[in-house]
Amino acid sequence: MSEKPILEIKNLYKWFGENHVLTDFSLDLHKGESIAVLGKSGSGKSVLIKCVIGLMQPDKGSINVFDLNVPDLNDQELDKIRVRIGFLFQSNALYDSMTVRENLEFPLRRHWLDTKKQSVDELVMEALENVGLKETVDMMPSELSGGMRKRISIARTLILKPDIILYDEPTTGLDPITGKEISRLMVDVQKKYNTSSLIISHDLNCVNIAADKVVMLIEGRNYAEGTLEELKKIDDKKVKQFFE
Amino acid sequence: MFYNKALDSFLEEAGDISRFTAKFFREFLKPRYEFSEFLRQCFYIGYKSFGLVAVTAFIMGLVITIQSRPTLVEFGAEAWLPKMVSISLIREIAPVITALICAGKIGSGIGAELGSMRVTEQIDAMEVSGTNPFKFLVVTRVTACITMVPILAVLAIAVSLYGAYLGCNIHGVVSWKLFWNQVFETNTFSDVVPAVTKTFFFGLDIGIIGCFKGYFSKKGTEGVGRSANSAVVISSLLIFVLDLVAVQIADLLGFT
Repeated sequence: MSEKPILEIKNLYKWFGENHVLTDFSLDLHKGESIAVLGKSGSGKSVLIKCVIGLMQPDKGSINVFDLNVPDLNDQELDKIRVRIGFLFQSNALYDSMTVRENLEFPLRRHWLDTKKQSVDELVMEALENVGLKETVDMMPSELSGGMRKRISIARTLILKPDIILYDEPTTGLDPITGKEISRLMVDVQKKYNTSSLIISHDLNCVNIAADKVVMLIEGRNYAEGTLEELKKIDDKKVKQFFE
Repeated sequence: MFYNKALDSFLEEAGDISRFTAKFFREFLKPRYEFSEFLRQCFYIGYKSFGLVAVTAFIMGLVITIQSRPTLVEFGAEAWLPKMVSISLIREIAPVITALICAGKIGSGIGAELGSMRVTEQIDAMEVSGTNPFKFLVVTRVTACITMVPILAVLAIAVSLYGAYLGCNIHGVVSWKLFWNQVFETNTFSDVVPAVTKTFFFGLDIGIIGCFKGYFSKKGTEGVGRSANSAVVISSLLIFVLDLVAVQIADLLGFT
């Protein structure tokens, strides 16, 4: 891909005391592309994605999103770019004191200028239809199963029609069948809205279904990258252990 | 060594709470104003606590009157019962008891709610959706506490005086008119103003400590329990400290 990347991470470093989590990590994500970052638990995948959205400050390096360097942005500037980036949390992070409708309306009412009830309702129902859960609109998150909560969480991420969606372990805690359904849903969403996806995962099934390219995060850096099939062929002990 | 560590952590926490309070005032003045969330919190904090506050205030009024009576009878001062009880209730007991109940009910509720939102990443979710979670969660709750605790305290004063009226009539006969005449004769504006003014600070204390403990909750579900617990303990202790300061200031300003 020759065009300018929509997300460009360059020489990123993040350490917690003596623990160097990210060391010289780099990655480019282009429009419409889906990249998975594969790594062991505790390898720094979630730290990476939190640095991208500005929830954590890296110690060194740059993260360019829409031509803005995230670590340099103030709160107001961060809020502006966050509207264009969706974030799916590992724990779903649905607001448990609100109904599904209120969960979806929450970002909408804050950032969308046309807040007429009918327009908001239409967008909420459209987002729910995309994840196949229109009937849950007036339910509370506690009444939903794990898979349904994940779908609602994806719907909430989609409602502002973001350019980039960051997925933090999207299939963790789900059974293999529901995990596959969610992975396919991620692909459908990406095609429909032409979004770019950065998927943090250690689930090979999910990566296989949802990612065009895989980056292996080992020892805090971009250790290897390519398609899943290409990575499987690499003769390196650290890479091979993921596929054994 | 232990002493230094404990003192360090106390001073560190005091500094963090001060910064948190300063941030509350900064964010309070800045738009956007989350008015509907503020009203929702007022409903939860005020309306839903009123029953508990009213029952407690009524019992306090009744009990204090019943317990004060024998001493006054001994000195032949039974006629002063409404005066004496109303001064205690208005100046001290009703505002402080209301604040303590609110610290238990509201402070722990806020600590647990924000704590569980923190550990389940709901606060982070708010932040990444471009919403200022401090403004939406903290400013609305603290402002609602500052608004509702004084209202609850005034209602508690009224209910506790009604309890005192009934208390006066258990062993004696004091007419409704005589009771209220004595109450209003004894208690002037300078008794009510300091009593109500200090409840604004009690509200600020309950809101700030509850939000601070919940907002920075750590260590999963165990941390949520700890946040709720320490919110109650610290805000209750601070209520007494603030009360002491308020009494001294009122004394200096001649409100006694």
